[in-house]
Amino acid sequence: MAKRVGMEVALAVAEAVGQCNIDMAAVYPITPQSHIGEHLSDLVADGKIDAEFVTVESEHSAISAIIGASGTGARVYTATSSQGLMLMHEILPIASAMRLPLVMGIANRAVSGPLNILNDHSDIMPQRDCGWISLFVENGQEAIDLSIQAFKIAEHKDVNLPVCVNIDGFQLTHMVEPLEFPDQELVDKFLPPRASFATLHPSKPVTMGAFAMSDYFTEIMKAKDEALKNSKKTILAVWEEWSRMFGRSYKPVETYKADGAEILLLTMGSMGETAEIAIDELRAQGVAAGLVKLRLWRPFPFAEIREVLNKANKVLVTDRALSFGGPGGPVCSEIKAALYHEPVKPAIYNYIIGLGGRDVTVTDFMNMVKKAAQEDVHKIVDTYEFWGVRE
Amino acid sequence: MTKKDGPAAWQEITTGCVVLRPGSASEYHTGSWRAQRPVWNNQKCIKCGICYIFCPEGCVSQTEDGYFKANMDYCKGCGICAHECWPRAIAMVEEG
Repeated sequence: MAKRVGMEVALAVAEAVGQCNIDMAAVYPITPQSHIGEHLSDLVADGKIDAEFVTVESEHSAISAIIGASGTGARVYTATSSQGLMLMHEILPIASAMRLPLVMGIANRAVSGPLNILNDHSDIMPQRDCGWISLFVENGQEAIDLSIQAFKIAEHKDVNLPVCVNIDGFQLTHMVEPLEFPDQELVDKFLPPRASFATLHPSKPVTMGAFAMSDYFTEIMKAKDEALKNSKKTILAVWEEWSRMFGRSYKPVETYKADGAEILLLTMGSMGETAEIAIDELRAQGVAAGLVKLRLWRPFPFAEIREVLNKANKVLVTDRALSFGGPGGPVCSEIKAALYHEPVKPAIYNYIIGLGGRDVTVTDFMNMVKKAAQEDVHKIVDTYEFWGVRE
Repeated sequence: MTKKDGPAAWQEITTGCVVLRPGSASEYHTGSWRAQRPVWNNQKCIKCGICYIFCPEGCVSQTEDGYFKANMDYCKGCGICAHECWPRAIAMVEEG
Protein backbone atom coordinates (compact mmCIF):
# COMPACT_ATOMS: atom_id res chain seq x y z
CA MET A 1 0.00 0.00 0.00
CA ALA A 2 1.32 3.43 -0.92
CA LYS A 3 2.56 5.55 1.98
CA ARG A 4 1.12 8.99 2.68
CA VAL A 5 3.75 11.50 3.83
CA GLY A 6 4.09 15.23 4.36
CA MET A 7 6.89 16.58 2.20
CA GLU A 8 8.02 19.67 0.31
CA VAL A 9 6.95 19.26 -3.32
CA ALA A 10 10.41 19.91 -4.82
CA LEU A 11 11.87 17.12 -2.67
CA ALA A 12 8.95 14.90 -3.63
CA VAL A 13 9.70 15.47 -7.32
CA ALA A 14 13.29 14.35 -6.72
CA GLU A 15 12.02 11.30 -4.80
CA ALA A 16 9.64 10.45 -7.65
CA VAL A 17 12.43 10.78 -10.23
CA GLY A 18 14.51 8.57 -7.92
CA GLN A 19 11.81 5.89 -8.25
CA CYS A 20 12.23 5.88 -12.04
CA ASN A 21 15.51 3.96 -12.26
CA ILE A 22 17.31 6.87 -13.92
CA ASP A 23 20.86 6.33 -15.13
CA MET A 24 22.03 9.91 -15.13
CA ALA A 25 21.01 13.42 -14.12
CA ALA A 26 22.66 16.80 -14.66
CA VAL A 27 21.10 19.72 -12.82
CA TYR A 28 22.42 23.24 -12.28
CA PRO A 29 21.01 25.09 -9.27
CA ILE A 30 18.57 27.96 -9.74
CA THR A 31 15.78 29.26 -7.52
CA PRO A 32 13.10 27.89 -7.15
CA GLN A 33 14.21 24.65 -8.78
CA SER A 34 17.31 24.07 -6.61
CA HIS A 35 15.68 21.78 -4.07
CA ILE A 36 14.91 19.27 -6.81
CA GLY A 37 18.55 19.09 -7.92
CA GLU A 38 19.90 19.16 -4.37
CA HIS A 39 17.71 16.32 -3.19
CA LEU A 40 18.40 14.26 -6.30
CA SER A 41 22.14 14.65 -5.74
CA ASP A 42 21.59 13.59 -2.10
CA LEU A 43 19.80 10.45 -3.25
CA VAL A 44 22.73 9.61 -5.54
CA ALA A 45 25.42 10.48 -2.98
CA ASP A 46 23.67 8.46 -0.26
CA GLY A 47 23.57 5.44 -2.56
CA LYS A 48 19.77 5.35 -2.53
CA ILE A 49 19.63 5.36 -6.31
CA ASP A 50 22.16 3.90 -8.71
CA ALA A 51 22.72 6.82 -11.05
CA GLU A 52 25.40 9.25 -12.18
CA PHE A 53 24.85 12.87 -11.03
CA VAL A 54 26.92 15.16 -13.24
CA THR A 55 27.73 18.53 -11.73
CA VAL A 56 27.80 20.99 -14.59
CA GLU A 57 28.80 24.65 -14.91
CA SER A 58 25.55 25.90 -16.43
CA GLU A 59 22.09 24.92 -17.61
CA HIS A 60 23.38 24.93 -21.18
CA SER A 61 25.79 22.22 -20.10
CA ALA A 62 23.13 20.37 -18.09
CA ILE A 63 20.84 19.94 -21.09
CA SER A 64 23.79 19.16 -23.38
CA ALA A 65 25.11 16.54 -20.95
CA ILE A 66 21.78 14.74 -20.69
CA ILE A 67 21.43 14.78 -24.48
CA GLY A 68 24.80 13.03 -24.78
CA ALA A 69 23.89 10.52 -22.09
CA SER A 70 20.48 9.92 -23.65
CA GLY A 71 22.22 9.20 -26.94
CA THR A 72 23.94 6.25 -25.30
CA GLY A 73 20.55 4.85 -24.28
CA ALA A 74 20.54 6.16 -20.70
CA ARG A 75 17.42 7.32 -18.87
CA VAL A 76 18.14 10.95 -18.01
CA TYR A 77 16.68 13.87 -16.05
CA THR A 78 17.27 17.55 -15.54
CA ALA A 79 15.38 20.38 -13.89
CA THR A 80 15.54 24.14 -14.14
CA SER A 81 13.75 27.49 -13.91
CA SER A 82 13.47 30.84 -15.61
CA GLN A 83 16.91 32.12 -16.71
CA GLY A 84 18.22 28.57 -16.63
CA LEU A 85 15.55 27.50 -19.08
CA MET A 86 16.31 30.53 -21.25
CA LEU A 87 19.97 29.47 -21.31
CA MET A 88 18.91 25.96 -22.36
CA HIS A 89 16.75 27.33 -25.14
CA GLU A 90 19.31 26.85 -27.91
CA ILE A 91 19.51 23.14 -27.20
CA LEU A 92 15.81 22.36 -26.69
CA PRO A 93 14.81 22.05 -30.37
CA ILE A 94 17.88 19.90 -31.00
CA ALA A 95 16.73 17.41 -28.35
CA SER A 96 13.31 17.06 -29.99
CA ALA A 97 14.74 16.87 -33.52
CA MET A 98 17.09 14.11 -32.34
CA ARG A 99 14.03 12.43 -30.80
CA LEU A 100 15.69 11.92 -27.42
CA PRO A 101 13.37 11.05 -24.51
CA LEU A 102 14.69 13.55 -21.98
CA VAL A 103 12.62 14.45 -18.94
CA MET A 104 12.86 17.92 -17.43
CA GLY A 105 11.15 19.39 -14.41
CA ILE A 106 10.54 23.13 -14.67
CA ALA A 107 9.90 25.14 -11.51
CA ASN A 108 8.19 27.95 -13.41
CA ARG A 109 9.47 31.40 -12.56
CA ALA A 110 9.27 34.84 -14.17
CA VAL A 111 12.12 35.71 -16.51
CA SER A 112 14.16 38.87 -15.97
CA GLY A 113 13.97 41.78 -16.12
CA PRO A 114 13.57 43.10 -13.70
CA LEU A 115 15.06 40.23 -11.75
CA ASN A 116 12.23 38.38 -10.03
CA ILE A 117 12.36 34.91 -8.57
CA LEU A 118 8.64 34.28 -8.17
CA ASN A 119 6.15 32.32 -10.22
CA ASP A 120 4.61 32.92 -13.61
CA HIS A 121 4.84 31.16 -16.99
CA SER A 122 7.10 33.57 -18.85
CA ASP A 123 9.92 31.00 -18.81
CA ILE A 124 8.12 28.09 -20.50
CA MET A 125 6.21 30.18 -23.04
CA PRO A 126 9.28 31.20 -25.09
CA GLN A 127 10.09 27.44 -25.28
CA ARG A 128 6.65 26.66 -26.71
CA ASP A 129 7.85 25.99 -30.23
CA CYS A 130 10.80 23.78 -29.35
CA GLY A 131 8.98 20.51 -30.11
CA TRP A 132 8.76 19.22 -26.54
CA ILE A 133 5.78 17.58 -24.90
CA SER A 134 4.72 20.07 -22.25
CA LEU A 135 2.58 19.18 -19.22
CA PHE A 136 1.28 21.31 -16.36
CA VAL A 137 0.55 20.19 -12.81
CA GLU A 138 -1.75 21.71 -10.24
CA ASN A 139 -0.52 20.24 -6.96
CA GLY A 140 2.23 18.16 -5.40
CA GLN A 141 0.60 14.81 -6.05
CA GLU A 142 0.30 15.64 -9.73
CA ALA A 143 3.97 16.71 -9.73
CA ILE A 144 4.93 13.23 -8.47
CA ASP A 145 2.61 11.37 -10.83
CA LEU A 146 3.48 13.33 -13.96
CA SER A 147 7.23 13.21 -13.24
CA ILE A 148 6.99 9.41 -13.34
CA GLN A 149 4.58 9.31 -16.28
CA ALA A 150 6.90 11.65 -18.23
CA PHE A 151 9.54 8.92 -18.62
CA LYS A 152 6.99 6.42 -19.88
CA ILE A 153 5.57 8.91 -22.39
CA ALA A 154 8.98 10.18 -23.55
CA GLU A 155 10.48 6.72 -24.05
CA HIS A 156 7.47 5.09 -25.70
CA LYS A 157 8.44 3.66 -29.10
CA ASP A 158 5.78 5.77 -30.82
CA VAL A 159 6.96 8.98 -29.12
CA ASN A 160 10.71 9.34 -28.51
CA LEU A 161 10.39 13.00 -27.60
CA PRO A 162 11.55 15.12 -24.67
CA VAL A 163 8.95 15.93 -22.02
CA CYS A 164 8.84 18.87 -19.62
CA VAL A 165 6.73 18.88 -16.47
CA ASN A 166 5.77 22.42 -15.45
CA ILE A 167 5.54 22.87 -11.69
CA ASP A 168 4.77 26.41 -10.54
CA GLY A 169 7.78 27.75 -8.65
CA PHE A 170 7.28 28.40 -4.90
CA GLN A 171 3.48 28.12 -5.20
CA LEU A 172 4.09 24.39 -5.66
CA THR A 173 7.79 23.61 -5.34
CA HIS A 174 8.08 25.04 -1.82
CA MET A 175 4.74 23.86 -0.42
CA VAL A 176 4.63 21.03 2.09
CA GLU A 177 1.73 18.83 1.09
CA PRO A 178 0.34 15.43 2.04
CA LEU A 179 1.65 13.19 -0.71
CA GLU A 180 1.39 9.58 -1.75
CA PHE A 181 4.34 7.82 -3.36
CA PRO A 182 3.47 4.85 -5.52
CA ASP A 183 4.94 1.50 -4.50
CA GLN A 184 8.34 0.89 -6.07
CA GLU A 185 7.22 -2.50 -7.32
CA LEU A 186 4.32 -0.92 -9.19
CA VAL A 187 6.50 1.86 -10.60
CA ASP A 188 8.92 -0.78 -11.91
CA LYS A 189 6.00 -2.57 -13.53
CA PHE A 190 4.64 0.66 -14.99
CA LEU A 191 8.03 1.86 -16.22
CA PRO A 192 10.15 -0.87 -17.82
CA PRO A 193 13.80 -0.17 -18.74
CA ARG A 194 14.29 2.12 -21.73
CA ALA A 195 14.56 0.47 -25.15
CA SER A 196 16.26 2.92 -27.54
CA PHE A 197 15.71 3.06 -31.28
CA ALA A 198 19.45 3.73 -31.67
CA THR A 199 22.36 4.19 -29.30
CA LEU A 200 25.89 5.49 -29.52
CA HIS A 201 28.03 2.38 -29.28
CA PRO A 202 31.41 1.64 -30.90
CA SER A 203 30.32 -1.82 -32.03
CA LYS A 204 27.49 -0.39 -34.11
CA PRO A 205 28.36 3.16 -35.21
CA VAL A 206 25.57 5.60 -36.03
CA THR A 207 25.54 9.36 -36.57
CA MET A 208 23.22 11.46 -34.40
CA GLY A 209 22.62 15.14 -35.03
CA ALA A 210 23.88 15.17 -38.59
CA PHE A 211 23.80 18.15 -40.93
CA ALA A 212 20.85 18.63 -43.28
CA MET A 213 20.29 21.32 -45.86
CA SER A 214 17.21 22.67 -47.64
CA ASP A 215 16.79 19.46 -49.63
CA TYR A 216 15.76 17.53 -46.48
CA PHE A 217 15.02 20.14 -43.80
CA THR A 218 11.32 20.55 -44.64
CA GLU A 219 10.70 16.79 -44.50
CA ILE A 220 12.54 16.56 -41.17
CA MET A 221 10.43 19.37 -39.65
CA LYS A 222 7.25 17.70 -40.94
CA ALA A 223 8.33 14.41 -39.34
CA LYS A 224 8.96 16.19 -36.02
CA ASP A 225 5.56 17.90 -36.10
CA GLU A 226 3.78 14.63 -36.86
CA ALA A 227 5.68 12.89 -34.06
CA LEU A 228 4.59 15.51 -31.54
CA LYS A 229 0.95 15.49 -32.68
CA ASN A 230 0.94 11.70 -32.73
CA SER A 231 2.26 11.57 -29.14
CA LYS A 232 -1.20 12.46 -27.82
CA LYS A 233 -2.40 8.89 -28.41
CA THR A 234 0.39 7.57 -26.21
CA ILE A 235 -0.16 10.23 -23.56
CA LEU A 236 -3.82 9.23 -23.31
CA ALA A 237 -2.89 5.54 -23.15
CA VAL A 238 -0.30 6.18 -20.41
CA TRP A 239 -2.85 8.14 -18.36
CA GLU A 240 -5.33 5.33 -18.82
CA GLU A 241 -2.79 2.80 -17.58
CA TRP A 242 -1.84 5.07 -14.65
CA SER A 243 -5.47 5.37 -13.68
CA ARG A 244 -5.86 1.58 -13.68
CA MET A 245 -2.68 1.00 -11.67
CA PHE A 246 -2.70 3.92 -9.26
CA GLY A 247 -6.30 5.12 -9.18
CA ARG A 248 -5.67 8.74 -10.16
CA SER A 249 -6.80 9.82 -13.61
CA TYR A 250 -5.51 12.56 -15.86
CA LYS A 251 -6.91 14.23 -18.96
CA PRO A 252 -5.54 16.78 -21.46
CA VAL A 253 -8.35 19.18 -20.49
CA GLU A 254 -9.97 18.77 -17.09
CA THR A 255 -13.12 20.42 -15.83
CA TYR A 256 -14.65 21.42 -12.52
CA LYS A 257 -18.39 22.09 -12.32
CA ALA A 258 -18.37 22.86 -16.02
CA ASP A 259 -21.65 21.08 -16.72
CA GLY A 260 -24.34 23.63 -17.46
CA ALA A 261 -21.92 26.53 -16.97
CA GLU A 262 -22.61 29.66 -19.01
CA ILE A 263 -19.25 31.16 -18.11
CA LEU A 264 -16.10 29.07 -18.11
CA LEU A 265 -12.88 30.17 -16.45
CA LEU A 266 -9.70 28.60 -17.82
CA THR A 267 -6.47 28.16 -15.86
CA MET A 268 -3.23 26.27 -16.38
CA GLY A 269 -1.05 25.19 -13.45
CA SER A 270 -1.36 25.68 -9.70
CA MET A 271 -4.01 28.42 -9.84
CA GLY A 272 -6.64 25.84 -10.73
CA GLU A 273 -7.16 25.01 -7.06
CA THR A 274 -7.77 28.63 -6.05
CA ALA A 275 -10.11 28.99 -9.02
CA GLU A 276 -12.05 25.91 -7.89
CA ILE A 277 -12.87 27.65 -4.61
CA ALA A 278 -14.00 30.72 -6.56
CA ILE A 279 -16.28 28.52 -8.67
CA ASP A 280 -17.76 26.96 -5.52
CA GLU A 281 -18.51 30.45 -4.15
CA LEU A 282 -19.97 31.65 -7.45
CA ARG A 283 -22.18 28.60 -7.76
CA ALA A 284 -23.39 29.22 -4.20
CA GLN A 285 -24.30 32.75 -5.29
CA GLY A 286 -26.25 31.36 -8.24
CA VAL A 287 -23.72 32.24 -10.98
CA ALA A 288 -23.54 29.45 -13.58
CA ALA A 289 -19.74 29.38 -13.70
CA GLY A 290 -17.37 26.46 -14.24
CA LEU A 291 -13.66 25.82 -14.51
CA VAL A 292 -11.52 24.37 -17.28
CA LYS A 293 -7.98 23.32 -16.50
CA LEU A 294 -5.48 22.84 -19.27
CA ARG A 295 -2.98 20.10 -18.45
CA LEU A 296 -1.53 19.30 -21.86
CA TRP A 297 0.07 22.37 -23.39
CA ARG A 298 1.91 20.57 -26.20
CA PRO A 299 0.69 18.77 -28.19
CA PHE A 300 -2.24 21.19 -27.86
CA PRO A 301 -5.53 19.34 -27.29
CA PHE A 302 -7.65 21.12 -29.92
CA ALA A 303 -10.51 18.61 -30.04
CA GLU A 304 -10.88 18.40 -26.25
CA ILE A 305 -10.81 22.20 -25.89
CA ARG A 306 -13.51 22.63 -28.55
CA GLU A 307 -15.71 20.05 -26.93
CA VAL A 308 -15.53 21.69 -23.50
CA LEU A 309 -15.57 25.39 -24.38
CA ASN A 310 -18.22 25.40 -27.07
CA LYS A 311 -20.97 24.73 -24.55
CA ALA A 312 -20.44 28.08 -22.81
CA ASN A 313 -21.49 31.61 -23.80
CA LYS A 314 -18.40 33.20 -22.38
CA VAL A 315 -14.88 31.94 -21.76
CA LEU A 316 -12.35 33.72 -19.56
CA VAL A 317 -8.83 32.65 -20.40
CA THR A 318 -6.19 33.45 -17.81
CA ASP A 319 -2.56 33.69 -18.88
CA ARG A 320 0.53 33.80 -16.67
CA ALA A 321 2.63 35.31 -19.48
CA LEU A 322 2.23 37.72 -22.38
CA SER A 323 3.29 37.98 -25.99
CA PHE A 324 4.29 41.64 -25.82
CA GLY A 325 2.87 43.69 -28.64
CA GLY A 326 0.95 40.63 -29.83
CA PRO A 327 -2.53 39.20 -29.47
CA GLY A 328 -2.40 38.71 -25.68
CA GLY A 329 -1.51 35.69 -23.58
CA PRO A 330 -0.18 32.59 -25.32
CA VAL A 331 -2.88 30.31 -23.90
CA CYS A 332 -5.62 32.62 -25.17
CA SER A 333 -4.07 32.71 -28.65
CA GLU A 334 -4.33 28.93 -28.80
CA ILE A 335 -7.90 28.92 -27.52
CA LYS A 336 -8.90 31.47 -30.15
CA ALA A 337 -7.19 29.44 -32.87
CA ALA A 338 -8.97 26.30 -31.69
CA LEU A 339 -12.40 27.96 -31.91
CA TYR A 340 -11.93 30.03 -35.08
CA HIS A 341 -13.70 27.63 -37.43
CA GLU A 342 -16.60 26.88 -35.10
CA PRO A 343 -19.88 28.27 -36.46
CA VAL A 344 -21.05 29.20 -32.96
CA LYS A 345 -18.41 30.10 -30.44
CA PRO A 346 -18.24 31.73 -27.03
CA ALA A 347 -17.08 35.29 -26.39
CA ILE A 348 -13.50 35.12 -25.18
CA TYR A 349 -11.92 37.38 -22.53
CA ASN A 350 -8.21 37.29 -21.77
CA TYR A 351 -6.81 38.23 -18.38
CA ILE A 352 -3.08 38.37 -17.76
CA ILE A 353 -2.71 37.35 -14.13
CA GLY A 354 -0.18 36.49 -11.46
CA LEU A 355 2.89 37.99 -13.13
CA GLY A 356 6.13 37.69 -11.17
CA GLY A 357 4.35 36.04 -8.24
CA ARG A 358 1.51 38.60 -7.90
CA ASP A 359 -1.18 37.02 -5.71
CA VAL A 360 -4.40 36.00 -7.40
CA THR A 361 -7.04 35.36 -4.76
CA VAL A 362 -10.39 33.61 -4.75
CA THR A 363 -11.99 37.09 -4.83
CA ASP A 364 -9.93 38.01 -7.90
CA PHE A 365 -11.24 34.99 -9.80
CA MET A 366 -14.79 35.73 -8.67
CA ASN A 367 -14.47 39.33 -9.81
CA MET A 368 -13.12 38.26 -13.21
CA VAL A 369 -16.15 36.06 -13.73
CA LYS A 370 -18.57 38.73 -12.47
CA LYS A 371 -17.00 41.34 -14.75
CA ALA A 372 -17.30 39.09 -17.80
CA ALA A 373 -20.87 38.21 -16.81
CA GLN A 374 -21.85 41.86 -17.22
CA GLU A 375 -20.34 42.19 -20.69
CA ASP A 376 -22.59 42.17 -23.74
CA VAL A 377 -21.97 38.75 -25.30
CA HIS A 378 -22.21 40.23 -28.82
CA LYS A 379 -19.53 42.85 -28.18
CA ILE A 380 -16.37 41.85 -29.98
CA VAL A 381 -13.48 41.66 -27.56
CA ASP A 382 -10.14 41.65 -29.29
CA THR A 383 -7.88 42.71 -26.48
CA TYR A 384 -6.51 41.56 -23.15
CA GLU A 385 -6.32 43.03 -19.68
CA PHE A 386 -3.58 43.08 -17.05
CA TRP A 387 -5.73 41.99 -14.12
CA GLY A 388 -5.21 44.17 -11.06
CA VAL A 389 -2.69 46.52 -12.65
CA ARG A 390 -2.47 49.82 -10.75
CA GLU A 391 -3.37 52.79 -12.90
CA MET B 1 24.13 19.94 -56.26
CA THR B 2 25.58 16.48 -56.10
CA LYS B 3 22.93 13.85 -56.61
CA LYS B 4 22.30 11.86 -53.43
CA ASP B 5 20.14 8.93 -52.49
CA GLY B 6 17.88 9.72 -49.58
CA PRO B 7 14.35 9.75 -48.29
CA ALA B 8 11.88 10.97 -50.89
CA ALA B 9 9.10 11.68 -48.41
CA TRP B 10 8.92 12.83 -44.78
CA GLN B 11 7.62 9.40 -43.73
CA GLU B 12 10.96 7.92 -44.76
CA ILE B 13 13.04 10.15 -42.44
CA THR B 14 14.68 7.91 -39.83
CA THR B 15 13.69 8.59 -36.22
CA GLY B 16 15.78 11.52 -35.02
CA CYS B 17 17.46 11.67 -38.47
CA VAL B 18 19.87 9.05 -37.21
CA VAL B 19 22.30 8.00 -39.92
CA LEU B 20 22.60 4.24 -39.61
CA ARG B 21 25.38 3.71 -42.18
CA PRO B 22 28.81 4.94 -41.01
CA GLY B 23 30.94 6.94 -43.44
CA SER B 24 28.06 7.98 -45.65
CA ALA B 25 28.97 11.67 -45.30
CA SER B 26 31.79 11.03 -47.81
CA GLU B 27 29.11 10.54 -50.47
CA TYR B 28 28.18 14.19 -50.14
CA HIS B 29 30.54 15.94 -52.55
CA THR B 30 30.90 19.34 -50.94
CA GLY B 31 33.26 20.37 -53.75
CA SER B 32 30.12 21.53 -55.56
CA TRP B 33 30.07 24.59 -53.28
CA ARG B 34 33.41 25.82 -54.68
CA ALA B 35 33.76 29.23 -56.38
CA GLN B 36 37.56 29.19 -56.61
CA ARG B 37 40.03 26.31 -56.90
CA PRO B 38 43.59 26.06 -55.61
CA VAL B 39 46.26 25.59 -58.33
CA TRP B 40 49.75 24.50 -57.23
CA ASN B 41 52.86 25.85 -58.94
CA ASN B 42 55.36 23.07 -58.29
CA GLN B 43 58.23 25.34 -59.43
CA LYS B 44 57.72 27.27 -56.20
CA CYS B 45 56.57 24.40 -53.94
CA ILE B 46 59.16 23.32 -51.34
CA LYS B 47 57.11 20.27 -50.26
CA CYS B 48 56.77 21.58 -46.69
CA GLY B 49 53.21 20.21 -46.35
CA ILE B 50 51.75 23.37 -44.75
CA CYS B 51 48.78 23.13 -47.17
CA TYR B 52 48.19 19.52 -46.12
CA ILE B 53 48.30 20.45 -42.43
CA PHE B 54 45.99 23.48 -42.65
CA CYS B 55 43.33 22.17 -45.05
CA PRO B 56 40.21 22.10 -42.81
CA GLU B 57 38.51 19.65 -45.15
CA GLY B 58 41.40 17.16 -45.04
CA CYS B 59 41.27 16.94 -48.80
CA VAL B 60 44.92 17.83 -49.58
CA SER B 61 47.21 14.85 -50.07
CA GLN B 62 50.80 14.26 -51.06
CA THR B 63 51.54 12.69 -54.42
CA GLU B 64 54.26 10.11 -55.14
CA ASP B 65 56.69 12.80 -56.29
CA GLY B 66 56.26 14.66 -52.97
CA TYR B 67 54.11 17.55 -54.22
CA PHE B 68 50.52 18.22 -53.08
CA LYS B 69 47.09 18.18 -54.65
CA ALA B 70 43.50 18.65 -53.49
CA ASN B 71 40.61 16.24 -53.98
CA MET B 72 38.16 18.37 -55.94
CA ASP B 73 35.19 16.24 -54.78
CA TYR B 74 35.57 17.85 -51.34
CA CYS B 75 37.67 21.04 -51.79
CA LYS B 76 35.31 23.95 -51.01
CA GLY B 77 37.78 26.53 -52.33
CA CYS B 78 38.21 28.23 -48.97
CA GLY B 79 41.73 29.38 -49.86
CA ILE B 80 43.32 28.58 -46.50
CA CYS B 81 46.02 26.50 -48.23
CA ALA B 82 46.88 29.45 -50.48
CA HIS B 83 46.88 31.85 -47.55
CA GLU B 84 49.18 29.66 -45.45
CA CYS B 85 51.58 28.68 -48.28
CA TRP B 86 54.51 31.00 -47.52
CA PRO B 87 56.48 30.32 -50.75
CA ARG B 88 53.28 31.49 -52.54
CA ALA B 89 53.06 28.29 -54.57
CA ILE B 90 49.24 28.10 -54.51
CA ALA B 91 46.98 30.43 -56.51
CA MET B 92 43.19 30.59 -56.13
CA VAL B 93 41.67 30.55 -59.61
CA GLU B 94 38.01 31.35 -60.37
CA GLU B 95 35.94 28.34 -61.38
CA GLY B 96 34.86 28.70 -64.99
